[in-house]
Amino acid sequence: MKIRKNMLAGIALAATAAMGLTACSSGAPAPASTPAASGAGEITVYNAQHESLAQEWVDAFTKETGIKVTVRNGSDTEMSNQIIQEGKASPADVFLTENSPAMAQVENAGLFADVDEATIDQVPAEFRPSTNKWTGIAARSTVFVYDPAKITADQLPKSMLDLAEPEWKGKWAASPTGADFQAIVAALLELKGEEVTTEWLAGMKENFTAYKGNSTAMKAVNAGEVDAALIYHYYYYGDQAATGENSKNVQPYYFKNQDPGAFVSVSGGGVLASSKNAEAAQKFLTFITGKAGQEILKNGTSFEYAVGSGVASNDKLVPLKDLQAPTVDPAKLNSAKVTELMTNAGLL
Amino acid sequence: MSKTQTVPDIQREPNVAGGGKSPRPPLGVSGLSLLAILISLFSLIPLGYVIYMTATTEWSTVVELVIRPRVGELLLNTIMLVVVTVPLCLVLGVGGAWLVERTNLRGYRWWALALAAPLAIPAFVNSYAWASTIPSLAGLGAGVLIATLSYFPLVYIPVAATLGRLDPAIEQSAASLGLGPWAVFFRVVLPQLRIAMAGGSLLVALHLLSEYGAFAMIRFDTFTTAIMVQFQSTFNGAAGNMLASVLVLLCMLLLLGEAKVRGNARYARVGFGAQGLAIRFKLGRYELPAQLALLALFVLSVGVPLYSVVRWLVAGGAGVWEPERLLPALAQTMGYGLAGALLTCVVAFPMAFLAVRHPSWFSKLLELSNYVTSSMPGIVVGLAFVTVSIRLVPGIYQSAYVLLAAYVLLFLPRALVNLRSGLAQAPRELEEAARSLGRSPSVAFFRVTLRLTAPAAAGGAALVFLAIVNELTATLLLAPNGTRTLATAFWAKSSEIDYSGAAPYALLMILISAPMTYLLFQQSKKAAGQ
Repeated sequence: MKIRKNMLAGIALAATAAMGLTACSSGAPAPASTPAASGAGEITVYNAQHESLAQEWVDAFTKETGIKVTVRNGSDTEMSNQIIQEGKASPADVFLTENSPAMAQVENAGLFADVDEATIDQVPAEFRPSTNKWTGIAARSTVFVYDPAKITADQLPKSMLDLAEPEWKGKWAASPTGADFQAIVAALLELKGEEVTTEWLAGMKENFTAYKGNSTAMKAVNAGEVDAALIYHYYYYGDQAATGENSKNVQPYYFKNQDPGAFVSVSGGGVLASSKNAEAAQKFLTFITGKAGQEILKNGTSFEYAVGSGVASNDKLVPLKDLQAPTVDPAKLNSAKVTELMTNAGLL
Repeated sequence: MSKTQTVPDIQREPNVAGGGKSPRPPLGVSGLSLLAILISLFSLIPLGYVIYMTATTEWSTVVELVIRPRVGELLLNTIMLVVVTVPLCLVLGVGGAWLVERTNLRGYRWWALALAAPLAIPAFVNSYAWASTIPSLAGLGAGVLIATLSYFPLVYIPVAATLGRLDPAIEQSAASLGLGPWAVFFRVVLPQLRIAMAGGSLLVALHLLSEYGAFAMIRFDTFTTAIMVQFQSTFNGAAGNMLASVLVLLCMLLLLGEAKVRGNARYARVGFGAQGLAIRFKLGRYELPAQLALLALFVLSVGVPLYSVVRWLVAGGAGVWEPERLLPALAQTMGYGLAGALLTCVVAFPMAFLAVRHPSWFSKLLELSNYVTSSMPGIVVGLAFVTVSIRLVPGIYQSAYVLLAAYVLLFLPRALVNLRSGLAQAPRELEEAARSLGRSPSVAFFRVTLRLTAPAAAGGAALVFLAIVNELTATLLLAPNGTRTLATAFWAKSSEIDYSGAAPYALLMILISAPMTYLLFQQSKKAAGQ
């Protein structure tokens, strides 16, 4: 019996020591203060946008308003899933994504508050969901990057749908597991319906090579492993602006003509209905869609399109209005259905 | 990590010391049992989550999600990976251990350490190195290559420790009875390595089932990478959980297999006198091939990753060293690693104690439940913890406590394997002797058993530390806001093919893992009584 008591005490002691050790050495916030930390003048942002861009936004915002911002980084659907699991207890005040489907997912779970008028006024209707439960904060275009040594200009596909045809077998790559690609499929589903999408995905499974991540897919084209890849535009421009080592043998091609492959994906920002500091959270959204926030986007290294307050995009990019993107209401992008169709097609 | 009886005829006895004597009064054990039960129940949270999700999904959906071609592909990939990699690790691990422990190989002391070194290199860093050296690397072959190079030390370390300590008297007797060196090896030595080989293989196989980063980087799909994909997509929670259920079944099969191979032999050696030193086999003209083989293994498993990391560091120049990001990541990784390792060993102790001193179907069941949890990918354990902790203990959600709890569950078996063998070698007779000399039971326990178990515990802690340093997905989900460990920072950079930016994190991970690997290596020797 004595052994037991001593051991229990020892275990308790060691456990406490272990906890104490992490608390000091990890620099983590004290446990008790975690979820409730977003008191006055503090907000928590769940960020799936580019980390550097979000950090620039946060720094400028804190400088202007004095509101402290804690950022939690992750990817689109990882974070939307987490927010949904957390439900009303979520510590998040603001959620930022790279694509719309994850926003639509949180919206459908009924977790977003209405976006303030001040923000809505700054963002044109085509970059907002019709519901105003969240807003566009940036945009990115679908692009087909190819190796000009392997594909000549006249061999390029007229439509993204052509990529499911037998002549494209083994010639192109994509990153089907990423939110980026799934947003493109969501647009296809919204524009052409379930039957066309199912058929296209079946053809894709036959024809394409899977890579993890758009940049990796582009790198594969550059290295001559595959002829072309369906990705977003900014991977190309970002690499060109840096060293160009993963894109020097690569050309971007835009489908245009309102083709599903000309889809422009809206990056979203929204305020959680459960936010304990909704006012500051709304202010943050107004700030990043405002002139200052959009200028940061334009001058930064993310090479995404600016969408708010009439700010022009980085002049290295093909202007947004020249892309002839199809019109899609971002609130209607059905990501659950997309996952189901992609799972059925054996892509996930 | 076994101990062979010098007297052959009691070698087959169950590991209850004293054979026919009745076990310790149940009262003394009940508290420990209760503790072990509580820990096991706690460790069943993720499994419960998967079962709950499966049970609440309609049966037709389950069938639809599990019986489809994609699951067949994943099953084939995962099984092939285990079937090919585990024997390769056994060959490399046992072969390497035999060369350094039992032959007159020149520089065997150096080689003994060099073969443990790959453990200091996280599997996904290895994968990153190989993928950036040979970009077209993909598929099963690549998966086997990376996994074998990363995990063979898990077999090598325990086997080398056991080999170094086997009583040569048995081998000498066998030789004197006319067996040649090969026959002695296969008929006398190898059977005595059974526990070390089975335990090492189990650890390798469990790693293979739950590894994500290393395989994602080389485009090799297993159940775990597919589950991750499902969770990253629009939460087809049902599909992800169905895949996890299949994974749990695979894990059960492995555990049953290991338990069968391990058997029930007693391994504590209590005898008179000291055991003799083994006679080292003279390699002669096999020395050069042996040296070359070890060199090749070292270059592939340690040389390639180190070369790649250094190459990317040079390419990145001074700009990739961002102390304001690197140092906090280093501090957090160290903090979680040390605290998690300590906590896991403490939690594993009651379980190991029960398993060794009071083996029964019940203690086996408890042990089993902990292994099952650890075979689940971090993402499943992470999501289970998100779901459970935000509902039941919202006050500590996203705190260091929850993350540490997840680490304990994920890595408990690593501590358990070591503690169990450590306890098995601490003969209960010694504790009883101390008591008969007038020590109180608790003093006898602390002075004798706990002290004898300490080296094994240190080995277990080192193994857990290494695992925490490498953990990605549970950390991402559960860590306090603003947390960035070396692994998550490395992963974020390397996913964006910023190989130069990722390199400092890779280097730091290797640097903090190296002393732990050394400790593990040393302690496994000590635990083996050298």
